[in-house]
Amino acid sequence: MKGKRPGIPAKAAQQAPYRPPLPKSNGTCVPIHTDQDIVAARQRGRDLAQQIGFSYSSLTLIATAISELARNILLYAKQGELTVGVVENNGTQGIAVEARDDGPGIPDVDRAMEIGYSTSGSLGLGLPGVKRLMDEFEIVSSAGGGTTVRAKKWKR
Amino acid sequence: MAVPILKQGAYLIASVQSALTDADLLELRNALVEMVGRYRSRGVIVDVTAMDVMDSFASRTLRDIAHMIRLRGAETVIVGIQPEVAFTMVQLGLTLEGVATALDLEEGLAFLDRGSKKISRDLGAPGS
Repeated sequence: MKGKRPGIPAKAAQQAPYRPPLPKSNGTCVPIHTDQDIVAARQRGRDLAQQIGFSYSSLTLIATAISELARNILLYAKQGELTVGVVENNGTQGIAVEARDDGPGIPDVDRAMEIGYSTSGSLGLGLPGVKRLMDEFEIVSSAGGGTTVRAKKWKR
Repeated sequence: MAVPILKQGAYLIASVQSALTDADLLELRNALVEMVGRYRSRGVIVDVTAMDVMDSFASRTLRDIAHMIRLRGAETVIVGIQPEVAFTMVQLGLTLEGVATALDLEEGLAFLDRGSKKISRDLGAPGS
């Protein structure tokens, strides 16, 4: 459709809320909808970690952590996204993983972090396991508010 | 079928070639449980040498395979878990308890051979 859209004055269009451009990132985002996306996400993370020179055993740790996080999205929220990117701190490079969903959320985060606890009938080792595999781990979640897990692994 | 399954004498050998999805793992489980009956197999070897990630789902499915195959009357041995995969599994608390493992295919076959000799000896010598 060409030309001005009827019913929307030009002035109103100008007043649309300003959206700042997303910060530049060398990271990539993988939408998680199926179990194939879990494999895609962990391979993306492994490739990125390999590019910045992580050891072979660290690649396995990172890929496994991503696998657990991506599966949690699928299991509890049905869909979401997983972002992997390179981070730097005082000259040390690392991998940052963020798993985000708008699912039902976790009512009791402390309880979900207890080993063996699970609400979905799985092993329930997901989150504490990921925390053990990574160097930094942070989870933001509330009942009805979705879940965001951020984890980092630094190169040594 | 993502994982080829070969019949080798009284054994079935499943060699994982590439990264497996959850659906692939469940398909492997169902195929092995069914084929053990069809070929009257004594043992099953699952070669995971090529698996670079063994997360909680993969680990649980392998454990399920071993237990189901045992209930069907055969033995399972998982072979080829790589050092870094073993390290990660232990960090996650995935120890595959109650599941036989061996270094590689050769050791896996030797393990099953010992098991079936024991069985045939037991059957062949009643009352001993």
